[in-house]
Amino acid sequence: MVNKKFILYLSLSVALIIAASFSMSLGAVKIPLTDVMVILGKKIGLFSTTEIAIQYEGVMNIVRIPRVMLGLLVGAALGISGTAIQGIFRNPLAEPGLIGISAGASLMAVIIIVLEISLLTSLSNLLGYYLLAFGAFSGAGIAALIVYQISRTDGKSNVATMLLAGIAINALAGALTGLITFAADDQQLRNITFWMLGSLGGATWETIIAVLPFIIIPVLLLPGMGKALNAFALGENQAAQLGLKVNTIKRNVVILATMAVGAAVAVSGIIGFVGLLVPHTIRLLIGVDNKHVLPASALFGALMLTLADMLCRTIIAPIELPIGVITALLGTPLFLYILIKDKKKLVL
Amino acid sequence: MLVADSLTFKIGQRQIVKDISFSIRPGELLIILGANGAGKSTLFRLLSGERSPATGSVKLNEKVITEYTAAQLALKRAVLNQQNIVNMAFTVLEIVMMGRYPHYRNAPSIRDNEIGVEVMELTGIAAFAERSYLSLSGGEQQRVQLARVLAQIWDVPNALLLMDEPVASLDLQYQQQTLAIAKMLTKRGFMVISILHDINLAGQYADRIIMLKNGRKWYDGTVAEVLSAKNIYEVFEINSDVYTNPRTLKHFFIPRNVLINANGG
Repeated sequence: MVNKKFILYLSLSVALIIAASFSMSLGAVKIPLTDVMVILGKKIGLFSTTEIAIQYEGVMNIVRIPRVMLGLLVGAALGISGTAIQGIFRNPLAEPGLIGISAGASLMAVIIIVLEISLLTSLSNLLGYYLLAFGAFSGAGIAALIVYQISRTDGKSNVATMLLAGIAINALAGALTGLITFAADDQQLRNITFWMLGSLGGATWETIIAVLPFIIIPVLLLPGMGKALNAFALGENQAAQLGLKVNTIKRNVVILATMAVGAAVAVSGIIGFVGLLVPHTIRLLIGVDNKHVLPASALFGALMLTLADMLCRTIIAPIELPIGVITALLGTPLFLYILIKDKKKLVL
Repeated sequence: MLVADSLTFKIGQRQIVKDISFSIRPGELLIILGANGAGKSTLFRLLSGERSPATGSVKLNEKVITEYTAAQLALKRAVLNQQNIVNMAFTVLEIVMMGRYPHYRNAPSIRDNEIGVEVMELTGIAAFAERSYLSLSGGEQQRVQLARVLAQIWDVPNALLLMDEPVASLDLQYQQQTLAIAKMLTKRGFMVISILHDINLAGQYADRIIMLKNGRKWYDGTVAEVLSAKNIYEVFEINSDVYTNPRTLKHFFIPRNVLINANGG
């Protein structure tokens, strides 16, 4: 089993590097792979050559590198937080969207998109962008907090109540979002729609800097909670009997997962199915031990989003498909397949 | 040593556990009997520390259990719950090794792994160590949970094992085996407290029996002192006939038919 896990980490890392390189070379301006490598090498100080066309370097710097990096970050965030949420909820079908994190984030973002132009026209793009990011993140946090508080009784939280509360929050946030879109003008509606379907089109160095800490911290800390999440699978009482501070762990995992999902939604909209599909695929490959599923989910999420982004930029170029459409198109059949195959095992 | 002192527990105005006191020494197997709703499971939760009593206290080795951290307590006592619902496809070995979680931080030691193997062999599940827990029958799952709990305290001297109806889904052989394991642990100095439904199984293995009725400790004593047709009638409201096992000379009880009025009255 150790070998199997090692092989998975290795092949995911190699695939990730290859996919990221290809993704950087493809697009309206095709950049040869060798030049991609040289430019990247130059960026990290490996080469000092100047033989690369200025134009290539410009495209790489301004468009491709931020875009691919954002895909890696958002994919890692969605993958690992999906695993973490499923662990805490003790439910293999749970995902961040389920407890209202995504809905809360999207509601706040839509409010900001609609208000921005009427109230904040004087704000620069960057500031508006930070505002959107912060809004989505706080929306995610508020939604998670409400669901978490509702589900607590006697100092313990009940998973069934938490899931039901999540459904309610989702419905409420969805209704409010729908209501607010009536106040939007055509341009805003187009923004909202595109954003609701998910896109990495907003990638710039600024957006990357804006979300980097919110994603890197969970990606680094969550794998350390693998053992605790394994014990959670036995039940909350059983985990407590094994010496875990159940409520502290639950709070920390929810905060970290909220941070990652909120940040991802803020910069890329709602990209569905990644948080559900990635952990499942990893579990099919190496089993369910969260010590390995968590880091592997981050890697596979990053890979999946890089590939999906590459597809949505190139299939009908120069038009760009929303990435959420691609992940749903690819994700749904595989997900249904898993459902049918494991129907009996998935006790809900 | 475990000392329960004047435990009471209320839900709303209803007293579920009323003024229960007892103590148990290393090497003792205590079995708690009682009808449905007699307060067995609530008492169990007070003993495990899952719930805090309204009044009274539970002391383990002269320290109130709520003063232990969860991690400290996990190194002194293990709990086998009645219900264990797992939705993730962990392997049997992975579940059993979770019992060693309190003993290591990052990776199990060689001894941790040895203990995992020992308890799996003892509970008869070593053959399916690599199988998914979800593919097992209810009885097999129960044995995996028993193995996990044993792994937790296997190398802890004078540890406390609490079991809530541990034989509920087991066949005859494994019912006997589970109680025999509990008995063997007491020989090594463990304290074992188990809730059971089967009076005869209790009579066969217990060093001591406590019978609960309406949230109170009704009887407390050795098997010979507590198990009688009169006491069983008092607690379970069922008549039974007493027989003597010709080999062990122990008493056993066979309940008489309960007559149900055909008109439902």
